[in-house]
Amino acid sequence: MVMRALDRKLLRDFARLWAQALAIAVVLGCGVAALVTSFGMYQALNESRHAYYERNRFADIWASARRAPIHLVPLVESIPGVRSVEARIEGMVTLDLPGRVPIAVGHIVSLPTFGPPVLNVPVMRSGRLPDPDARDEIAVNEPFARAHGFALGDRIVANINGKRRVLVITGTVLSPEFIYTLGPGALMPDREGFAVIWMPERAAQGAFDMNDAFNSLTVALHSGARIQDVIAAIDRLLEPYGGTGAHGRDRQESDSFVSAEISQLWTMTIVMPPIFFGVAAFLVNMVLGRIVALERTEIGLLKALGYSNATIAVHYLALAALTAIVGVVLGWIVGARMAGGLARLYARFFDFPYLILRASWTVYGISGLLALASASVGALRAALSAARLPPAIAMQPPAPPSFRRTAIDRAFDHLRLSQPTMMIVRSILRWPLRAAVSVLGLSMAVAVLAAASFFDGALDRMIWLTFDQANRQDAALILAQDLPEGAIDEIAALPGVLQAEAQLVAPVILRNGHLSKHVAIEARRPDADLSRTVSSGGRVIAPPPGGLILPQRLADYLGIAPGDAVTVEFLTGRRETLHMPLSATIEQYVGIGAYADFETLNALRRQAPLISVANVTLDPDATEAFHRAVKQLPKVAGVAMPTDARRSFQDTIRQNITITTTVYVTIAVLITLGVAYNGARIQLSERARELASLRIIGFSRGEVSFILVGETMLLALLAQPLGWLFGMGISWAFVRGVNSDLYQVPFVVQPALFARASLIALISALAAALIVRRRIDRLDLIAVMKTRE
Amino acid sequence: MTATVFRTRGLTRIYDTGKVQVRALDGVDLDLFESEFTVLLGPSGSGKSTLLNILGGLDRPSSGTVMFRDIDLTRLDDTQLTAYRRDHVGFVFQFYNLVASLTARENVQLVTDVARDPMPPEDALRLVGLEARLDHFPAELSGGEQQRVAIARAIAKRPDVLLCDEPTGALDSKTGVQVLEALHMVNMQLGTATIVITHNAAIRRMAHRVVRFQDGRVLSVETNDHRIAPQEIAW
Repeated sequence: MVMRALDRKLLRDFARLWAQALAIAVVLGCGVAALVTSFGMYQALNESRHAYYERNRFADIWASARRAPIHLVPLVESIPGVRSVEARIEGMVTLDLPGRVPIAVGHIVSLPTFGPPVLNVPVMRSGRLPDPDARDEIAVNEPFARAHGFALGDRIVANINGKRRVLVITGTVLSPEFIYTLGPGALMPDREGFAVIWMPERAAQGAFDMNDAFNSLTVALHSGARIQDVIAAIDRLLEPYGGTGAHGRDRQESDSFVSAEISQLWTMTIVMPPIFFGVAAFLVNMVLGRIVALERTEIGLLKALGYSNATIAVHYLALAALTAIVGVVLGWIVGARMAGGLARLYARFFDFPYLILRASWTVYGISGLLALASASVGALRAALSAARLPPAIAMQPPAPPSFRRTAIDRAFDHLRLSQPTMMIVRSILRWPLRAAVSVLGLSMAVAVLAAASFFDGALDRMIWLTFDQANRQDAALILAQDLPEGAIDEIAALPGVLQAEAQLVAPVILRNGHLSKHVAIEARRPDADLSRTVSSGGRVIAPPPGGLILPQRLADYLGIAPGDAVTVEFLTGRRETLHMPLSATIEQYVGIGAYADFETLNALRRQAPLISVANVTLDPDATEAFHRAVKQLPKVAGVAMPTDARRSFQDTIRQNITITTTVYVTIAVLITLGVAYNGARIQLSERARELASLRIIGFSRGEVSFILVGETMLLALLAQPLGWLFGMGISWAFVRGVNSDLYQVPFVVQPALFARASLIALISALAAALIVRRRIDRLDLIAVMKTRE
Repeated sequence: MTATVFRTRGLTRIYDTGKVQVRALDGVDLDLFESEFTVLLGPSGSGKSTLLNILGGLDRPSSGTVMFRDIDLTRLDDTQLTAYRRDHVGFVFQFYNLVASLTARENVQLVTDVARDPMPPEDALRLVGLEARLDHFPAELSGGEQQRVAIARAIAKRPDVLLCDEPTGALDSKTGVQVLEALHMVNMQLGTATIVITHNAAIRRMAHRVVRFQDGRVLSVETNDHRIAPQEIAW
């Protein structure tokens, strides 16, 4: 088929406008890429999780008890709504691994004696599950085995319930229960330092002294079952046996993290792409509006030749659509790469046996359609105005824009502005809508930059408060069971220990009316120096005798303020329910806890002072000796290393922030270039005659450039405060999206970071204006004056 | 006498610029005939271009009627006017109005793409003597050549009427004559009713009839008994 002449015009116009079209296409491409990446990953994670949970029968309810008799299992099975039940033995152990100095921690889960597990079915990755009758065989989670390079048949030493046991690895597995694994006190998965260990039931019974008993229960429900009723029934059954409260998937650690990530991806999906699509629509609107103005005579001609209004409108819409198509293809390519990168990043934190990317085709389709739609919306006004141009009027040059003296002009008279400055100011006042659109577009770039720099400030504050102020210990020894306070002296005497402080931990349910939250109360001596509670201002507040300190967001959740009483239901010991006043609130960004005085908590539990955790600082030169000694200690079930946690958190987060900041800065620079370049090009095209006239009457290139660059920069300056505002809005939306029991990201506004964002945006705008400025040097003065417009 | 192609009665066009009302046409009664070469003469603002725009379906009168053969142009809506322009009218403008991004052939094709019974673009360009410049862009053509491309574009659809607004206005005498030759040839060979607006009184001598305008009214209509060939015209 021969191409129609009008289509040829379209392609040649597109080729001529390539720089402007590309600037727009890149912004659109960013939107498409952001959507493909975030929405694609959102779908992939969501679907993979769903499929994984379905196929491997992820439980609906978890419950734990100190020691419950096995004959309870049929009773749980008979609770209405319960489909299947699995009783297990779980326990924490310390591991002595070949070639590793620091203590590693293992989480033991028992496997049923007869047949594979009914719920939370592990996926075999290599080897086999341990023999039900073997005493020393185990399977471990695949990432742990990989991190250490363990092969089948390799041996590790575990300190189980005070006995050192040599265990043989027979297989590696993945489990829907452990997609995200955190060791005690860790903030990031530590594949070397934390293992999930599957052990045959009989061996576990022996190891943990649990013959005919269990301490962990997983339950699957029939669809339609009322989960709250089942949880209440289970709690009633387990209460006499040290039950600490059953919970649903919402408090399952691994699922909480996966859910948090999925909801973050959703936040990204709804916040970022609309910015790009909006800016791109503005740009198309600006550029196409100018093209239609320039092509008035051609439009009139086409109409005179008998082309219909619709054909002409479609012609200009097609120009926008071509631009969109370039953007979509760019976005798809970049988005596919970024999604791949993100998937690799996730693989470092989340252990899925597979990632379902099937849904991504719809993502590509949706992102393409959205890009086309936003370009079309942007083009609509220009296309309609082209269609509406009466042909006879279209053939004549447009009347010169009407400038009028206004009150603002009279105000400027007093300022004695130069004529070029007046030209800049009048042009902005004459086309306020266009100026506003440019300012809005530029402010979006500033907003993206400000939002990106927000992470920096927020994380600095998180790390400062969490580690420099609150958790200053090098290690926290988690005891297998509460010990008399005297044990702290024993720990203080371990090699390498400089300082040791006692801490008691008690799991409780806090209630206020119908609102409740499971937390652990941590109690320390008032003079504790290593683990402390800190107010938002950084002031150390020790819990007063009799009172409770809660993080602000927990107090908000429970609807209580300092002075109010809260009901405290102890889940261990005598399981009493008491009332305690809320004395103060603090900031807490990682996890959620409750804090009380050491004496108070022991007194409330009517016990001689006991400790559950020992916080210690270490001599850096003697850490090896410390770890060697702790590995031999039967009373220690696990070790948290806040200093290490901080380091890995900082390293990982810094690395991620470097990646995201790079991405955001690139994006913001591209948006700024797109908006500023197109704005300056339009100005130049409108003003070519004016500027040439100025050159002819003796203005220097610099003076003429000042008008062009000056207007761009003035608009860019006006965009800054708006951009900061939008940036804060985006950050705030992010903070809201991330906040959960796991994390709270503080909303920190750092003027220095905003200044950096503005600097980047202003430099990009200047660069764009200077690219266009070069065209002033090439202005053919005679030709411009002769061209009829 | 041949049949009328255009008949206007009481044709009035008022431009309302807010404060001032401008009467561009003020009750024009005029008949124009098939196959005729008519020249419209008159000073700037006398209403020539307004009349041409209304005849060509680019503009509408404020009052009065204008008939194209049996069709009352004032009764046509936008879509019908578009169809009217596409099927019956060829335009030639003072400033050529070529699409800069299309070659000579493609500029003509712009018309042949939408016309009912067009001639091949090459034939149209041959008629105006541009068979050697088919693939040149407007920027690569002289003013006279560009105007001849515009004429080829106008005639390629075999229009019933050819409306030319100052076709030689931007040209020197020599190239102007080439353009007039092209118009003359089209009028003679295709029998297209040709209406030419000009400031240039010399051109009137090649017309069948000359209509003079002043202040939006027809001042006089004179018939040329002795037409001269375009080559004999000079200015």
